[in-house]
Amino acid sequence: MVNYIWVGMTVIGLVFAAINGTMAEVNEAVFKGASEAVTLCIGLISILVFWLGMMRIAETAGLLDKLASLFRPLITRLFPEVPAGHPAMGYILSNMMANLFGLGNAATPLGIKAMEELKKINGGKDSASRSMITFLAINTSSITLIPTTVIAIRITYDSAAPTEIVGPTLIATGISTIAAILIDRYFYYRRSRKG
Amino acid sequence: MQIISVISLWFIPVLIGFILLYGTFKKVPTYETFVEGGKEGIKMAVSIIPFLVGMMVAIAIFRASGALDYMIDIIRPGLEKVGIPADIVPLAIIRPISGNAALGMTSDMIAAYGPDSFIGRLASTLQGSTDTTFYVLTVYFGAVGIKKMGDALKVGLLADLAGFAAAIIVVTLIFG
Repeated sequence: MVNYIWVGMTVIGLVFAAINGTMAEVNEAVFKGASEAVTLCIGLISILVFWLGMMRIAETAGLLDKLASLFRPLITRLFPEVPAGHPAMGYILSNMMANLFGLGNAATPLGIKAMEELKKINGGKDSASRSMITFLAINTSSITLIPTTVIAIRITYDSAAPTEIVGPTLIATGISTIAAILIDRYFYYRRSRKG
Repeated sequence: MQIISVISLWFIPVLIGFILLYGTFKKVPTYETFVEGGKEGIKMAVSIIPFLVGMMVAIAIFRASGALDYMIDIIRPGLEKVGIPADIVPLAIIRPISGNAALGMTSDMIAAYGPDSFIGRLASTLQGSTDTTFYVLTVYFGAVGIKKMGDALKVGLLADLAGFAAAIIVVTLIFG
């Protein structure tokens, strides 16, 4: 899908330029776009290094586990199919905590482990169980405390207040996660009514 | 709305202080651990360069040719009736499909409109508040061999739509 969008944007742009007579602008855009992307990534290094360093401390100090146990009662309710004390619960919680702290690289392996355990609970079938869909819905609406990368981009482009979007992002991500849970529940009840 | 600005301002410094004190209290070698974790940041930043170059050049061509303005002008009247800024639509479409492509688009919009403009703030919030549904779906289900996805894609995309709406409403209320 990305492939089509990517080629589509470029080719449509080129055709448009041919018709509109904006070839000079397009020529310039190719080199400006590329150099801007590299500049941006160099700018990203600073904040990514700092933040991933901080998060590693939080992880090593056991802060993530602490938070996970804090959220346990809530999560048990979200995944009624998962028995108490099942390893799946631990992986689900640590995946969520990693996401919360913006540790994408740590979140992915934990998420895969969680899916593996959920598949075992589901008898190893190759179809998605109720818990899997719930887990996925929560994951795609991503609860993030600090949108690190976005802040870095805003700093690169001289924002007067690069972190002012932290509050709005928290609210928006909270709403989208609640919506994800509700939408998931709605589809579950629709499925179960159908039998 | 004042309180949200205050939280935005205080949240990161307080979190940094808390992590450092907690780490020290738990006898974590804080500085060494920080350096270890930070190394990963360099790798991550360098590895996204090709994604960003590819996407930002395509968007730059699309924009410079005049095609983007043309497209936005067509969809603008319909969207503005329901209060959606048309300029944000390309980002909303690409966000669930590719995280790195969306990152490229967010950067491009912040560069073009300014980080403190309405669109700049909205793009920032949108980028931070939803995740790449297709990526999560492919990686998580792919890794454990789930072939029948059931309602997963529908639920994921509807949740994205809800997040998109939430971002517009929240940003409009706070900065609009």
